[in-house]
Amino acid sequence: MTDISTASSSVTPDWTVQTPHRAKRERAEKRFRAYGIVAISIAVAFLASMLLTIFVGGMGAFTSSKIGLDITFNEEVIDPSGARDVSTFRDANYRPLISDALTEIFPEVTGRSEKRDLYKLVSSGAVYQLENMVTENPDLIGTTQRVWLTAGTDANLYLAGKVDQDVDESLRQLSSVQTGRIETLKSGGHIKTALNKSFFTNGDSREPEQAGILGALLGSFFSLLVCFVISFPLGVLTAVYLEEFARKNRLTDFIEVNINNLAAVPSIVFGLLGLAIFLNVFNLPRSTPLVGGMVLALMTLPTIIIASRAALRAVPPSVREAAIGLGASKVQTTFHHTVPLAMPGMLTGTIIGMAQALGETAPLLMIGMVAFIVDVPSSVVDTATSLPVQIFLWADNPEIGFREMTSAAIMVLLVFLVLMNLLAVLLRKKLERRW
Amino acid sequence: MRKLTGTSMTESSQETERDLIMTARNVDVFYGSKQAIKNVDLDIPKGSITALIGPSGCGKSTFLRCLNRMNDRIDICKVSGDIRYAGQDIYAPKVDPVALRARIGMVFQKPNPFPKSIFDNVAYGPKIHGLSSSKSEMADRVETALKQAGLFDEVSDRLDEPGTSLSGGQQQRLCIARAIAVEPDVILMDEPCSALDPIATAVVEELMESMRDDYTIAIVTHSMQQAARISQKTAFFHLGELIEYGDTGQIFTNPKETRTQSYISGRIG
Repeated sequence: MTDISTASSSVTPDWTVQTPHRAKRERAEKRFRAYGIVAISIAVAFLASMLLTIFVGGMGAFTSSKIGLDITFNEEVIDPSGARDVSTFRDANYRPLISDALTEIFPEVTGRSEKRDLYKLVSSGAVYQLENMVTENPDLIGTTQRVWLTAGTDANLYLAGKVDQDVDESLRQLSSVQTGRIETLKSGGHIKTALNKSFFTNGDSREPEQAGILGALLGSFFSLLVCFVISFPLGVLTAVYLEEFARKNRLTDFIEVNINNLAAVPSIVFGLLGLAIFLNVFNLPRSTPLVGGMVLALMTLPTIIIASRAALRAVPPSVREAAIGLGASKVQTTFHHTVPLAMPGMLTGTIIGMAQALGETAPLLMIGMVAFIVDVPSSVVDTATSLPVQIFLWADNPEIGFREMTSAAIMVLLVFLVLMNLLAVLLRKKLERRW
Repeated sequence: MRKLTGTSMTESSQETERDLIMTARNVDVFYGSKQAIKNVDLDIPKGSITALIGPSGCGKSTFLRCLNRMNDRIDICKVSGDIRYAGQDIYAPKVDPVALRARIGMVFQKPNPFPKSIFDNVAYGPKIHGLSSSKSEMADRVETALKQAGLFDEVSDRLDEPGTSLSGGQQQRLCIARAIAVEPDVILMDEPCSALDPIATAVVEELMESMRDDYTIAIVTHSMQQAARISQKTAFFHLGELIEYGDTGQIFTNPKETRTQSYISGRIG
């Protein structure tokens, strides 16, 4: 016995020797690390290719081509009576002004259909641009100005290099004559590329060059506002009651199981519920952010409740004991100590729930927020769409011009999702710093 | 003259009922179907330190928590028997446990300051009970409590720093200051030194000695030396029963029960 113990304690084992067992173990470790790197690389590659596709496809939507024309603000066309009344400006037909300016550059165009093709080079929305100019500054009447008008859908595509010249002319959006005219304009300095402001200031439109994201953005904003106002107080109070006040019995167990089940219910079911109850029973206005927000609130509630309960459970019981030992009532203990300590977690849960709601499409389809709505909503009871629904609508549109609009809208949605998640992180950091 | 407890009456018999701030008679505590306390009779004399000792799981902490109804928070915990504070049955139906806990404070095993400033920690109790009408009065009260807890000199220049930034021993004294600020009559301490190092323990023990004039203290402790050093009365619990209760000197030098003898000599527990 003594021999063995002295031998083992005096001889230092050689840890540098490469035994088969060691080699096998090290191989296994290396292999596992390789699997991990491969998995992450595949995920990153997918993400990168997705973002790249969206960026490449969508960047074009942020710029648009403008055609500069010398418009003569003919008094006879705009305001024949000379009264300078705003309503007259609104009723006036500005189309001839643009036609005249174009005819001046291309005097050779005469035939009816020829002319129609020529006028198509300028967007049909350009008349509103002129109308606004005149309304803002009636002194323009009678003068001639170089005005940069939005190019028509096809001209825009051609100038962005999206018209394939190899396709047979009859199948192309623009005939060779038309492209020739565009080239003429270009060489004459009548074409420039500018920031597509209307993308950020307009609602939806049938014409891609006039369609904008603002309507959908505000629709989403109002929906989320309603969703937050309903789901945050309800969710937090439910969580506080269940976690701090309710006795643990069969009823609360039943409620808990059902809340967890609700979190797993497909969102379209909530949409059907909203359709059946909010629209058909309560007769709330269809297609509005009010109803959309209410439906999204139903969907977000379980997420908020579960996150808030977890946050409350994470507050150490010693804090509650300390307060109760001092003679604080249960409500005082909860609202002076437990809830403030759980607030960062509750807010994180809420923002994650809201981010989910921001990206939700299916329930909004059910309550009619999928309609084609040109007007930008100004309150929660105006008809509206939302960002994801707008993406869905544009992706569904056969016009080529909407392709890049779809990608651009996805970019806007992604930016907002990232901003919301950033807000969640910042809020948590800020609130947690209070020791 | 009055008969006090079953096991030890001779030493305590000089005390009149007026000197007893808390009395417990036939106390049973059940956690569900498990009985944690079996028919305990115990008296806590005013202006003294009463130590509850015994091996882990003997029910001494459970008993301590019955004295200010902290066990109310546990749904499955059922307390029966008669516990009186200043002659009033604290488990009577109309008693407000919140008001009771303002008179009978508590200090816990692990220092648990609120994640607020040192000042706010001490001021919280007086604030919820409306004890101070003005800010300056509150500042005085906080200062007095911190001084009584022997902490004021160490923290006077950083009252707005978080209570959690103090050392363990300071945190525990902050918790004592927090309890004192409400001006209770009795302070229950549940192993207040078990998370502290020996030096911090000595400071807290000294503090308890100095508090004896103004407060009645009941302390649960795992350390028999601590019980012997600071307490006047000692109660020995074993398996939910009160085995022996008497003057500390007598319990440690001349225990009447063999089980007490075995415990203090280290043979059980």
